[in-house]
Amino acid sequence: MNKTLIIIGREFTTRVRKKSFLILTLIVPILMAGFYAFLMWMLLKDDMQERKIAVVNHSTIDAPFRKINNTVFEYVTEDIPENTASDFLKTNNFYAIIEVPEDVIERPDIPILSYSQVPMELKNEIASQLKEKIEGIKRNAVIAGTNIPDLEQKLAAVNTPVLVRTLKVSAETGEAKESSSEIASAIGLIAGMIIYFFIFMYASQVMKGVIEEKTNRIIEVLVSSVKPFQFLLGKIIGVAAVGLVQFLIWVAFGLTLIVAMQTFFLPNLDLDALRQAGPIATDMTAITGTAELNTEQLQIIQKVAQTIDPMFIVSFLSAFLFYFIGGYLLYASLFAAIGAAVDNETDSQQFLTPLSIILVVGLYIGFTAMKSPESPLVFWSSLIPFTSPIVMLVRIPFGVPTWEIVSSMALLVASFIFFTWLSGRIYRVGILMYGKKVTWKELYKWLKY
Amino acid sequence: MNFFVAQHIIKNYANHRALDDVSIDIPEGAIYGLLGPNGAGKTSLIRIINQITGPDSGELFFKGRKLEPADMNRIGYLPEERGLYKKMKVGEQAVYLARLKGVSKHDAIRQLKGWFEKFGIEEWWDRKVEELSKGMAQKVQFITTVLHEPEMLIFDEPFSGFDPINVELLKREILELRKKGTTIIFSTHNMASVEEICSHIALINKSKKIIEGPINQIRNKYANNTYQLICKYRPEFNPSRTVGEEYEILSEKIEDGQHEIILQRLTACPTNTLLRRLLDKTDIISYQKIIPGMNDIFIKLVKDMQ
Repeated sequence: MNKTLIIIGREFTTRVRKKSFLILTLIVPILMAGFYAFLMWMLLKDDMQERKIAVVNHSTIDAPFRKINNTVFEYVTEDIPENTASDFLKTNNFYAIIEVPEDVIERPDIPILSYSQVPMELKNEIASQLKEKIEGIKRNAVIAGTNIPDLEQKLAAVNTPVLVRTLKVSAETGEAKESSSEIASAIGLIAGMIIYFFIFMYASQVMKGVIEEKTNRIIEVLVSSVKPFQFLLGKIIGVAAVGLVQFLIWVAFGLTLIVAMQTFFLPNLDLDALRQAGPIATDMTAITGTAELNTEQLQIIQKVAQTIDPMFIVSFLSAFLFYFIGGYLLYASLFAAIGAAVDNETDSQQFLTPLSIILVVGLYIGFTAMKSPESPLVFWSSLIPFTSPIVMLVRIPFGVPTWEIVSSMALLVASFIFFTWLSGRIYRVGILMYGKKVTWKELYKWLKY
Repeated sequence: MNFFVAQHIIKNYANHRALDDVSIDIPEGAIYGLLGPNGAGKTSLIRIINQITGPDSGELFFKGRKLEPADMNRIGYLPEERGLYKKMKVGEQAVYLARLKGVSKHDAIRQLKGWFEKFGIEEWWDRKVEELSKGMAQKVQFITTVLHEPEMLIFDEPFSGFDPINVELLKREILELRKKGTTIIFSTHNMASVEEICSHIALINKSKKIIEGPINQIRNKYANNTYQLICKYRPEFNPSRTVGEEYEILSEKIEDGQHEIILQRLTACPTNTLLRRLLDKTDIISYQKIIPGMNDIFIKLVKDMQ
């Protein structure tokens, strides 16, 4: 046992001291931070660019556009033929020209001329402003044509916004809880992708280590000091420790970051109150501590806050850790057996391909699970140990019955014990076997040595 | 019972039998040469002694009791194909390997410093192995093999890849280890070094042990009554008439005023009788029994089997 600890120590320290570890550990949170900041910015900040748009209005609509954020509209009287549009934009420093044709009410189709690609949001806003104007004119015409009293008020009363709230009922307690399927899918998918990446990266590291020891022949000295299986175990655990440390650094970094961002963007947000508040809370300003948010933005923030409560974070992180360790142990032992069977990394391809295909299939089923978390394919692949680490993680935010999680975890534990044993048998033969092109049949024979 | 005993070892691989009922007996303090052509099964036997692999059948005894995994710490092994972690620093790596043999970190560092000083390589401590030359790396590897003061050492072709100066250094260290009481197993093709340092040998060929025993006994056993006589050259001396009918002359050579004659004794006749016959006729410089070199015995035995 003591020797296993020494091996774990070496596997861990040599990897953690590498520059590549440091770089990856730092770069991922920075990317994460950047991504998060970008999302927050997109969500909370309006389009701030100052623009001047010239409008040539041939129609009867009076001033069809109003100011959109910092984009202002100027109505020009003279015609601007398309061939002089460029000069016009340049000399008057306009961002774009909109021409509203005479028959726009019958044929609502307007061109925007600009040097640059007009942002989608701006385009949509222009369209919706014009739409509103035209609809207003048409509605007024209809109302005027019929003689029903108070028709306008009656029609307005017909307008019914529908809000679908997703409430998750817990199978155990029967308690219903507000949740958001969009946020759940996003979290599940990101976690599934991270676990796929983690399993692949660290299992490959184990394989590379095994190949290195085999090719530089130090393995023969090592196994004259410790049993091959003991050595393999030490290596697998040592590399897992590297992965865990990296992951914990990321989690710590991520949580700090989220708190920091929140403080920066919404310093007075009362998360608990927001979670407790009903879907259309009346006094949002008091909860968020700012009056700058519109209802739409508030709802998104509320959804995120409701889905990611502290309880969820804890249980989801534990599930992630379990599936990372389980999935990693399963694949790492198999990768180690492959490393032992070959003489160099290029030869490992023929054995790696089937495993990589299974992992990639797992990832794809994970994508499917986002759309239909209860389908039979998703259900079975969240139980089968080779795909369950990815698929089950995608499913968990949607709510999975306890018995399914328990059986999936039990299967994973049972299979990594079995495959570690199996790989150990291949490993101890493979590490001493040189210059032999190994086939599947050969591997099978080794099992029986 | 001897220090290390292997009895009736059989080891099979998929398509062939690597060891076929091999037994060896290594006395305490011996330098035991394990000889044999390539592919004879030496490495398989060494791996079994090291407990890297297990035999299919047969038993191993270390100091009179069954060999067990804990004995790994008492045995040191320098394989033929040597290697270290290229990216790891020399000192750190040596400490790691020593700790895997059960030496505490503190002791490992202290003893390593001593060895590094002895070999004059203190300044390598913080260098990566990949920066060292092959010979340098082998010195480091030798140190890591003996650092835990094993009671038994196994060297597989220890001198390959060393320059003559380092070979001498290594031989000196090996003989010194023997003086301290270490039992040494030596696997090699280099017969000159076998004669020079081995006390016992075993010859393995085609998965079987052919011969085993103290090296002098074996050489004497294969000495087939040939003798070498060297005397001053005198033209009037006629050896064939002088030696008598009990002896036959195999060859004669005259060089630098010396007359060298190789004799074969055909029937019993005391050496004194022969010498008396020669005394009046010539000036004897030397007379000795020819003991075959290990090289000749090796080639003869391996050829006889084919």
